[in-house]
Amino acid sequence: MSNDRVTSTPFTKGLGFFVLLGIALLIILGIFVSPADVNQGESVRIMYAHVPGAWLAYLAFVMTAVSSAAYLWKRTRSLTWDRIAGASAEVGVLFMGISLVTGSLWGRLTWGTYWTWDARLTTTAFLFVTYIGYLAVRGLGGTHQQRARRSAVLALLAVLEIPLVHFSVELWNTLHQEASVAGRGTDVEMNGLMLFTLFLGVVVFTLMYVWLVLHRQRSLMLEDMLEDSGLDSALSERRAEATQAGR
Amino acid sequence: MDDLGFIVASYVVTFASVALYARGVLHRSRKAARDVPRDKRPWL
Repeated sequence: MSNDRVTSTPFTKGLGFFVLLGIALLIILGIFVSPADVNQGESVRIMYAHVPGAWLAYLAFVMTAVSSAAYLWKRTRSLTWDRIAGASAEVGVLFMGISLVTGSLWGRLTWGTYWTWDARLTTTAFLFVTYIGYLAVRGLGGTHQQRARRSAVLALLAVLEIPLVHFSVELWNTLHQEASVAGRGTDVEMNGLMLFTLFLGVVVFTLMYVWLVLHRQRSLMLEDMLEDSGLDSALSERRAEATQAGR
Repeated sequence: MDDLGFIVASYVVTFASVALYARGVLHRSRKAARDVPRDKRPWL
């Protein structure tokens, strides 16, 4: 059996190519070409990795909630939705972790500290831990349907934290700046090339998310199939033993 | 560029983490696919 195309298709291969191209362009623009910021100097270059990472984590967690709702709704109930939710949550945790680390490095340069118990940082860390908990709950065992039901309910509760994280900079006094592009009443005065690089980062990270989720949900499907076939063969063995014992 | 180390570290952390995760996903898929017939994969 060829393993070359286990979870990939011509679409994911093409997508992967564009993602790699986009990453190369983002690194060139982000580190070498875009200008330094008037206030933050060179450290603003971290923004092109940090902001798209945070955006993607939000997107991934919202997608987890939407897929979970689709699973719980009887008309659309399918384990595919559950696997998309699981895959999306995993990718979301990865990008939330990336966002926390890059934010910490950026914080060291602009605030003089890697970490402070600020409202945005604390709520973000709490969101990160919540979704690690979600992934742990997915791995608790039981049938695929039991896993899907309990994790879907948890995903619908966990997503409620996102508005709290997003608006924490407006609700409390915080070191973290407000949204620089899409904030309420934000007067955008960002250099065109900086804005373009940030936009490119968001697009590249979103494409990366699609690639990762497609592969991960297919990998989860393979793992589920493997578990089912293992269960089927164990049941057949037990039935055969019972039949022999009955003779 | 005084901050270069921090800037490069943030890009390395970002893309190295994604690359490691993607590698892990493909590895798990290959492992699971050994016992799943090709005709049971709806995306192929």
